[in-house]
Amino acid sequence: MTDLAKLTLVESIKHIKEKKCSASELVGAYIKRIEKSDKLNCFNTKDLENAHSKAKKIDTNQKLDKTLVGAPIAVKDLFCTKGVKTTASSKILSNFIPTYESTVTEKLWNEDAILIGKLNSDEFAMGSSNETSNFGNVLNPYRLNNQNLVPGGSSGGCASAVAADLTSATIGTDTGGSIRQPAAFTGIVGLKPTYGRCSRWGIVAFASSLDQAGPMTKDVKDAALMLDVISGYDEKDSTSAKKPKSSFLNSIKSNVKGLKVGIPKEYRVDNMPKEVDDLWKEGIKILKDNGAIIKDISLPHTKYALPTYYIIAPAEASSNLARYDGVKYGFRAEGKDLTEMYENTRSKGFGTEVKRRIMIGTYVLSSGYYDAYYLKAQKVRNLIKIDFDNAYKNVDVILTPTTPTPAFKFGENVDDPIAMYLNDIFTVTANLAGLPAISLPIKYNKDGLPLALQLFGKSFDEQTLLNTAYFIEQQVNFKSQVKDWWMS
Amino acid sequence: MSDKEFNYYISGETGKWEVVIGLEVHAQVSSNAKLFSSSSTKFGSEPNSQVSLIDAAMPGMLPVINKFCVEQAVRTGLGLKAKINLLSVFDRKNYFYADLPQGYQISQFKHPIVGEGEVILDMPYGTKKIGIERLHLEQDAGKSLHDQDPTKTFIDLNRSGVALMEIVSKPDLRSPEEVAEYIKKLRSIMRYLGTCDGNMEEGSLRADVNVSVRKIGSKEFGTRCEIKNVNSIKFMQQAIQYEAKRQVELLEDGKKIDQETRLFDTKNNETRQMRSKEDAHDYRYFPDPDLPPLKFEQTFVDQIKKKLPELPDDKKERLIKDYKLSNYEAGVLISDKDTSDYFEDVAKNSDVKLAINWVIGDLFAALNKIGKSIKESPISSKNLSKLIQLIKNNTISGRIAKEVFELMINDNRDPKVIVEEKGLVQESNVDELEKIIEKVLKDNSEKVAEYKSGKDKLFGFFVGSVIKESKGKANPALVNDILKKKLS
Amino acid sequence: MSINKDTIKKISKLARISVTNEETDRLEKDLNSILKFVEQLKKLNTDKITPIASVSDQLLTMSEDEVKKINEKKEILQNAPDKNTNYYIVPKVIE
Repeated sequence: MTDLAKLTLVESIKHIKEKKCSASELVGAYIKRIEKSDKLNCFNTKDLENAHSKAKKIDTNQKLDKTLVGAPIAVKDLFCTKGVKTTASSKILSNFIPTYESTVTEKLWNEDAILIGKLNSDEFAMGSSNETSNFGNVLNPYRLNNQNLVPGGSSGGCASAVAADLTSATIGTDTGGSIRQPAAFTGIVGLKPTYGRCSRWGIVAFASSLDQAGPMTKDVKDAALMLDVISGYDEKDSTSAKKPKSSFLNSIKSNVKGLKVGIPKEYRVDNMPKEVDDLWKEGIKILKDNGAIIKDISLPHTKYALPTYYIIAPAEASSNLARYDGVKYGFRAEGKDLTEMYENTRSKGFGTEVKRRIMIGTYVLSSGYYDAYYLKAQKVRNLIKIDFDNAYKNVDVILTPTTPTPAFKFGENVDDPIAMYLNDIFTVTANLAGLPAISLPIKYNKDGLPLALQLFGKSFDEQTLLNTAYFIEQQVNFKSQVKDWWMS
Repeated sequence: MSDKEFNYYISGETGKWEVVIGLEVHAQVSSNAKLFSSSSTKFGSEPNSQVSLIDAAMPGMLPVINKFCVEQAVRTGLGLKAKINLLSVFDRKNYFYADLPQGYQISQFKHPIVGEGEVILDMPYGTKKIGIERLHLEQDAGKSLHDQDPTKTFIDLNRSGVALMEIVSKPDLRSPEEVAEYIKKLRSIMRYLGTCDGNMEEGSLRADVNVSVRKIGSKEFGTRCEIKNVNSIKFMQQAIQYEAKRQVELLEDGKKIDQETRLFDTKNNETRQMRSKEDAHDYRYFPDPDLPPLKFEQTFVDQIKKKLPELPDDKKERLIKDYKLSNYEAGVLISDKDTSDYFEDVAKNSDVKLAINWVIGDLFAALNKIGKSIKESPISSKNLSKLIQLIKNNTISGRIAKEVFELMINDNRDPKVIVEEKGLVQESNVDELEKIIEKVLKDNSEKVAEYKSGKDKLFGFFVGSVIKESKGKANPALVNDILKKKLS
Repeated sequence: MSINKDTIKKISKLARISVTNEETDRLEKDLNSILKFVEQLKKLNTDKITPIASVSDQLLTMSEDEVKKINEKKEILQNAPDKNTNYYIVPKVIE
């Protein structure tokens, strides 16, 4: 019998539509695995009973015509879900139950997908290893000599859950690489859409000008399908884009002939491990061998991207997180007067990394420093955007590694914020320039850890990105080597 | 009118001081919904009953701007003869306060929607031009109730997010009287435009008052203090008087003025330092990443301009020209749009001279007595104009008219009906009048003799007696004529 | 530029996050290393560059002035740590 939890999202839905299995059976298969996977700590909240009853309801339906019919989906705990606890993996929101549903998750449920739980992440999506969560570390299903590894972050719970077949697909959020980096660390596909492609309404905000929701899936077609569902203009989000779209999945084409692929020299950083460099060369070769035109390009301000990001993102975050003050919702620590209550609440309610970023953000916006930091960063952001504008005059997509290293061990970078920040070195430019980018697993290194490449696309041209990724996927034939070691 | 000279100076021991005042007026836009959410702005509702998820700053909520509010800001800008900026930007002003749910106020800092303009004041010593620095849109905060519990403060967010126009004047005002005139004029302009109801009791119009003093003849401005949130003209005047005196005393004692924010204590009629003086505010303004810049075409402004009503200054000029009113009369009428509208309605169908006397005289007095505004006047403009017509066509005398007017105050009935019902129609039948006159002369034969012997003054006595005998109905002009004949 | 302990205190006050002396030491070290990292930007001449707050080329879309009864008081107050039937409650504020 087919192991239903091993199916891709597209396959699962086909199974249900063709009545090869019921929604209850599919959900049951995932729940069975979820119940044995507490060790991975992917879930902040499980919603299994509701998932069961929703599946039953779907099974009694005559029509199984919805796009995601019966698909059990857990989402990052940053998406507000009506009646289901939404914590952003923070103590300060540990008891928050929204009375509303985020636009993107609403779109999932409207297509008859089934919520099975909320996934762990770095606190307020600030981190690259999921180690800043208030609810503990998430383990990567891949290990290094039986030693546990981080799943990446901030969407670490999402990445591990997809890799470990605990959800048929998921959506994460990506502010500086939070979808792509964990996807790379766990051998799955992660797509950050163009800024404005998906509504941000109802997503706990980290840095509003950079945040974007996107799919994390078992393969490229699943990503296309998820993007079909969650994207679209939303009048409730003033930054969401009024762009026409057709079905990414139906339009997907496996062809790279004549495709102009840019290889940016600035991404060949110092101390890049040979395995990553080789991986990149392999990717280039695949494309070249199949008729793509490879062009060396320059994105001259790349090295300034990370410093720019670490001004802009904390600045916006310092303001976005001001609303967590113990008055309207969430955790409150008492104090003798209002100010003391604020200070105690926020001191005890936020974790170290979040506080660090709020402090940096507050500093760079404060009087006397605004021009030197924030304004400067806004200007460099423009330079980075112009780099891409220029590059895209000559190429259709840009190919780079997703991360400078494969997954690492716990505690390796926690004491040095800068070392941790360097994880986002290849991903952060897409957020600053608002461009779509996808991370695609390619192969395993000698230690059996997944390695991934990243493709950047033109603004609102996710289709070319998906087409190219789909082509490479078929060529490399990457297969999951997850071994369920955590199950008892 | 300009016989008076400006003479508001503070006399100190070292000489005379000039008071320099600038106002930041916060005017609530007369909109149904809030600036960035669709909850109601209605005054006096149950606490926290007009609060949307956005107003309560729930996680993931995003602002969407209300078009009507943008239009009203532009209208007001045009009414102030100001420059309209086709590009403006919303910024976040960051600070913590219990009734500021987001932890920031959305306002406009560097790029306001309206630039420099002016307001003309009619002072007893001539007209004076007050410069407008800028007008921008911003959100109102909620309300803190400190008096409900000895140890707690209660928060009501009904006002949270209501649209305000902040109108910043140049430091051109020099006395409490000018401030009063300025507020009245501004309010009148906005009422003409319908952009703000100017209701100070309900908080629709409040001001922060900046006060400094300097020696007469000095070109430099002194250090100013800002008196926050004063909500009546009387309080503004009292606060300025107190504050100016306080500053003069300090300076004459050789002390310095601290630039600071103060409160006006209405109980003790003094300004005092705010206790929660929050060590120098640092608002960390930065562009709100949730809101793209506000851009519109000149045609948008032109459309609004086309629909602009006649404004007080233009109306005054026209009233003087069209109705031959005095500067004073026109000034009284235009100070309030409802008054001038009422007057024009009355005058249109009756008689200008009578209309102005009745409106400014009897009607004002009557309204004052019953404590109603002209909008709530129990006598409609239509009925008042009918009353004047009755006087004009000699149906009733002025004396009877006053009687009828008193009756109309009670029930706003058609004066014609009252006159007919009570049989108050003026007696103009010469035969009838002659009969009455005969009677009066007969009854007062001694006085007739006195009159004929040269006591001319008695003529008035005869007229009065005839009118009295006719129960007020006798047409005074005819009575005069006939009496003259009879007595000659 | 570098941050000293006084600045940390000032920022923590602005951000309404209380910090212990121990945390101040740690923050001083971390924030300075982050600042040093971001100060690479100073090497770039950006005199003629327009700052951008966002990459979105969207125009601000506007909504109609319509009141929609979306939220009930109960719903708004539901998650509040301290409240009564009508209000959010906070420790006494002194003005």
